[in-house]
Amino acid sequence: MRPTAPLILAATLAATAGLTSCGGGSGSDPDTVKVAYNRSTDNKIRFKDNHLAEVKKQFEKANPGKKVKLIPIQAQDNDYATKVQQMMRSPKTAPDLVYEDTFRINSDIKAGYLRPLDDYLDKWKTWDQFVDTAKAAAKAEDGKTYGVPDGTDTRGLWFNKKIFAKAGLPADWSPKNWNEILEAARTIKKKVPGVTPLNVYTGKAPGETSVMQGFEMLLYGTGEAGGNPLYDPGAKKWVTGGKGFSDALGFLKTVYSQKLGPDISDALDPNVGTTVFSEWLPEGKLAIALDGSWLGQNWLKTGGKPWPEWSKTLGQAPMPTQHGQAPGKVSMSGGWTWAITAKSKNPDLAWKFIERLQTKDNAVTWDIVDAQIAVRKDVAQDPKYTSSMPGITFFTGLVKNTHYRPTTPVYPQVSTAIGEAMEAATTGDTSPEKAAKSYDDQLKSIADGATVAAGGQG
Amino acid sequence: MATATKVAAAPTETPARPGPRRGRPLRWLPLAPATVMLLLFLGGPIAYCVYIAFTNMQLTGASSTDFVGLDNFQRAFGDDDFRNAVVLTLVFTLLSSLVGQNTLGLALAALMQRASRPVRTLTGSIVIAAWVVPEIVAGFLLYAFFRREGTLNALLDWLGLPSQNWLYTLPILAVSFANVWRGTAFSMLVYSAALSEIPKEITEAAEVDGAGGLGRFWHITLPMIRRSIGTNLMLNTLQTLSVFGLIWAMTRGGPGNRSQTLPVFMYDQAFNKSLIGYGTAVALLLLLVGAVFSVVYLRLMREEV
Repeated sequence: MRPTAPLILAATLAATAGLTSCGGGSGSDPDTVKVAYNRSTDNKIRFKDNHLAEVKKQFEKANPGKKVKLIPIQAQDNDYATKVQQMMRSPKTAPDLVYEDTFRINSDIKAGYLRPLDDYLDKWKTWDQFVDTAKAAAKAEDGKTYGVPDGTDTRGLWFNKKIFAKAGLPADWSPKNWNEILEAARTIKKKVPGVTPLNVYTGKAPGETSVMQGFEMLLYGTGEAGGNPLYDPGAKKWVTGGKGFSDALGFLKTVYSQKLGPDISDALDPNVGTTVFSEWLPEGKLAIALDGSWLGQNWLKTGGKPWPEWSKTLGQAPMPTQHGQAPGKVSMSGGWTWAITAKSKNPDLAWKFIERLQTKDNAVTWDIVDAQIAVRKDVAQDPKYTSSMPGITFFTGLVKNTHYRPTTPVYPQVSTAIGEAMEAATTGDTSPEKAAKSYDDQLKSIADGATVAAGGQG
Repeated sequence: MATATKVAAAPTETPARPGPRRGRPLRWLPLAPATVMLLLFLGGPIAYCVYIAFTNMQLTGASSTDFVGLDNFQRAFGDDDFRNAVVLTLVFTLLSSLVGQNTLGLALAALMQRASRPVRTLTGSIVIAAWVVPEIVAGFLLYAFFRREGTLNALLDWLGLPSQNWLYTLPILAVSFANVWRGTAFSMLVYSAALSEIPKEITEAAEVDGAGGLGRFWHITLPMIRRSIGTNLMLNTLQTLSVFGLIWAMTRGGPGNRSQTLPVFMYDQAFNKSLIGYGTAVALLLLLVGAVFSVVYLRLMREEV
């Protein structure tokens, strides 16, 4: 009877070993490309899923015997990133291809999750079609490129002309500075009660949405630190919060303390972004929204909230700089890229899938269905693209005055710190100056002391 | 174990110690798979967590992980947000577990002893339904109850009372109430069992001696169920300390960090800020808080025996 003890032990070990390895899925199948991407939390929105399914069909037809396994991850952006990072840590779970937000890509490169694509890009003619800013979006500090961008976005002011008419404001509204925005909001509050005058995203819960669409649209318009108010690329140092930083927080404080914005509990709801385009704007509950170029996609016939009259109801205006100083308007751009993971066992096949995604037809279709601003010259000139959506020329025009976020690995942590400062200032827990100070303290620890003061301009 | 001691004790000279190595190794055989599993799936991860807590591991942004000694713990004690989370965790535990669930559970159990059968069944099923609902679902239910256009404000409006934005003005109270709502059933069941164990004769004797209802409860019932109170307090506290889904669904620790208890703080650090090492260190500290509570309760229970 004695020998049974080691036997059972061995059997148990074998069983558990089997358990752990089957948890990883088909990581080593050389004929399958695993593609991880973020699926919208709004169940009506499936542009990306449908487009990828179509490309998968093309790919499998063109490459007999090869398979594409789509791995949709339905989550908000922060949670999506966390999930994908966890997957990329282990060769058992790492997908071959991931859809990465440009602002996180450097962080993931530094963590060793991604693979440089230069060898592929050198041989790829289509790469010449990409504009230089887009090419730089996925370039790491080591000078190598780790992702292929498939579009970008810009940001500006959307406003409801019907509400404006009721408030006696012009239909071709174009504010020259922050004050004119606030003035318009105050007028609306007075003359059209029951309507939220202005939405600016704020706080921690909406994540990067509030930091980029809300705060940075303000901060980059203050002209502080020579136009690099967050990070000084020359000195490779982070810029501590100066006057511009507190001013931007002060703007938020004004909006929310004077009740020019939505109710604060709505503003701090993690799903506020969805509410803006699916309820507030279409239902005429919101007069001005500081928001992105992609909103229109939701109102197309194929969108999550079809609203054919939107182009008659809504107007767009560029976001002005703080005092109207040159160049007068400001925008922020981001966008997403396709990247191959470091632990992928099928990088060549994954690259083939990127090529398939980036055939000109697929690229045009994608930029249209996802309301992306094109990053390829050939796509930007395609008549199908330029006529795809009212407003697309307006937002493509903002590219001239747009800013990209600092592409350094710690940016996501900085972003979180900004979100906290915004929330503190918005809720009135602390003054904008004190929130800026606490941001400085956090920044010093995040950047390991590599910081520089905003400087004399302030 | 008791039988094993007797059997194994017979041939050896040290009767108190069974000799599992000699004589009866097969007794351990059925336990072996379970032990191996436990070591693999429980012991392994715990040991790994302890290790991570002493490193600067990040989810992203750094390629290497270094051993940093006690840095994470030092950082925690110097971190205002951590201290804030500790205070909120204590408030949350005190309000919802010690005061709320425990007292309410005991009151419900005592009242139900006297209630008629239909009332007992009805109350029991309502309270237990709240307990059976998964934590995250309970979170959303109570979010709907407390939110600005929620049920509570509708009720207050109807009564002509001023409504409140509960999740914004009193977030820690709202989540504490939610935890009471969800967890009271457990205490009620524990106390119902304990109360039904009290022999009828003792209560009757006290009644004959002229003790009133309150007096009987204070002098007879409470002392007799003290051990159950201790057990219940300990289980409640440990469970409440680790509540995450409920708070996450209702407030995400906000607004600001006014409902950010330790588990939420830990999640925020580890996954939103990618600081896995620091987050894990906080988790260990949370474990420590739980251990302190347990030791206190165990001590109290021992003294009563």
